[in-house]
Amino acid sequence: MTILVIAEHENGAVAPATLNTVAAAAKVGGDVHVLVSGQGVGGVAEAAAKIAGVAKVLVADNAAYAHQLPENVAPLIVELAKGYSHVLAPATTNGKNILPRVAALLDVDQISEIISVESADTFKRPIYAGNAIATVQSSAAIKVITVRTTGFDPVAAEGGSASVETVASAHDAGKSKFVGEELAKSDRPELTAAKIVVSGGRGMGNGDNFKHLYALADKLGAAVGASRAAVDAGFVPNDMQVGQTGKIVAPQLYIAVGISGAIQHLAGMKDSKVIVAINKDEEAPIFQVADYGLVADLFEAVPELEKLV
Amino acid sequence: MKVLVAVKRVVDYNVKVRVKADNSGVDLANVKMSLNPFCEIAVEEAIRLKEKGIATEIIAVAVGPTAAQEQLRTALALGADRAILVETSDELNSLAVAKALKAIVDKEQPQLVILGKQAIDSDNNQTGQMLAALTGFAQGTFASKVEVAGDTLNVTREIDGGLQTVALNLPAIVTTDLRLNEPRYASLPNIMKAKKKPLETVTPDALGVSTASTTKTLKVEAPAARSAGIKVKSVAELVEKLKNEAKVI
Repeated sequence: MTILVIAEHENGAVAPATLNTVAAAAKVGGDVHVLVSGQGVGGVAEAAAKIAGVAKVLVADNAAYAHQLPENVAPLIVELAKGYSHVLAPATTNGKNILPRVAALLDVDQISEIISVESADTFKRPIYAGNAIATVQSSAAIKVITVRTTGFDPVAAEGGSASVETVASAHDAGKSKFVGEELAKSDRPELTAAKIVVSGGRGMGNGDNFKHLYALADKLGAAVGASRAAVDAGFVPNDMQVGQTGKIVAPQLYIAVGISGAIQHLAGMKDSKVIVAINKDEEAPIFQVADYGLVADLFEAVPELEKLV
Repeated sequence: MKVLVAVKRVVDYNVKVRVKADNSGVDLANVKMSLNPFCEIAVEEAIRLKEKGIATEIIAVAVGPTAAQEQLRTALALGADRAILVETSDELNSLAVAKALKAIVDKEQPQLVILGKQAIDSDNNQTGQMLAALTGFAQGTFASKVEVAGDTLNVTREIDGGLQTVALNLPAIVTTDLRLNEPRYASLPNIMKAKKKPLETVTPDALGVSTASTTKTLKVEAPAARSAGIKVKSVAELVEKLKNEAKVI
């Protein structure tokens, strides 16, 4: 068995999600190859070759692959996939965008967001917003899978010495063009990779009040998240949303402030190691999953917490 | 332009589902079913395109059991012109659904197909992308803004770090994200009128679509329960517990 992992990268560096995906590939067993596609990605390929457990890195460096347009990248993966037993990508927006297109072109079902590898053909994945865990078996000749990164501990970014091979083919479907990007700027750790996450909900009242959470987060070295209610109310941008329809996080410590704990929010954070809830409503469902609950007014509790940590 | 909207009948998002005792699946007997929330957003977007004079006809399509007619009637009440049900009692995987939708796309030749980004039951997030692959159309997934400009479609997409805008050649596939729009409610007169709108029923066999699958669900279990936590009385106690008991700060 040989497994092809589709690398996620940004700003010339390998994204952490790639390391979790290589870890999932290692659990499947067999040689792990990594595909780095994009434009000007020589540096990424060199970094990918150092990832522990990677046997070979394939580099497709072409203008058509810049910005990872699925119309162009999917045919590239399909062309390469023929020699592999598994194709794995992280369940990031890129992975989710491209991989189903690959699976359909290969005429196989895709398995989304696996959280564990039972054997080379059997995997576990959450359904119904994480309220049930399905064990699924694939009989496909090439198993196409996205990996929920929080389900696997990342492999070491250093220590490997894979060979690097260039893939010459260029697929430009000519059907889509990249127009522009508007990325949210933040000095805090990335939400999905942070060890501590502090999240605010509707109870924050307005966007300005999130400054209390930012102050606490900065003291803890934490990322700041939000519930869908806070995003929909316009308090914070949508890339901060934690939940079924936002980001899935599993930090060491998750502090939910003014969040009631709707099913869709819990789906995004209930695998956190320790959950703390601060809410003035003692009946809020969040207290059912919280390890430590504090029934208090957040505008008093959060500044006090910031002072004490 | 003709717009096709795919809708799915799913368990209502407010229902807390329970896993069956024999681990064969989730208990859906006597549970409230609804239109998948992302599909509602897809229907709404199609209606807005019609209100702007861009869309000329909206066709709602569902692939599923006879009861999915209810969800198609909801789409008709919201503003779709006619509906097609690809009727099957089997629970189909995304690829089979995409193949059925491809057959409808071939027949109806829409310029734009709008789907939700994912169904809240299977949480797959695959069908739109697969339909794009099968039809060879460009795809604009996780859309938070859609603008038609001549024969291109500008789609602003929600990506991990923020927003990305792509220009797609039409015909194209769009999958909706939560912030694309706020769906309207169906009014009572429109619900009554929707009963008279055409609803055609076909089978996958009649469309020549194979529903064969390469995956099999072996079992469905409840997730591991979290052990009960405690309520602390003060912030000082909380910090003490986090430092000394949980050792996470």
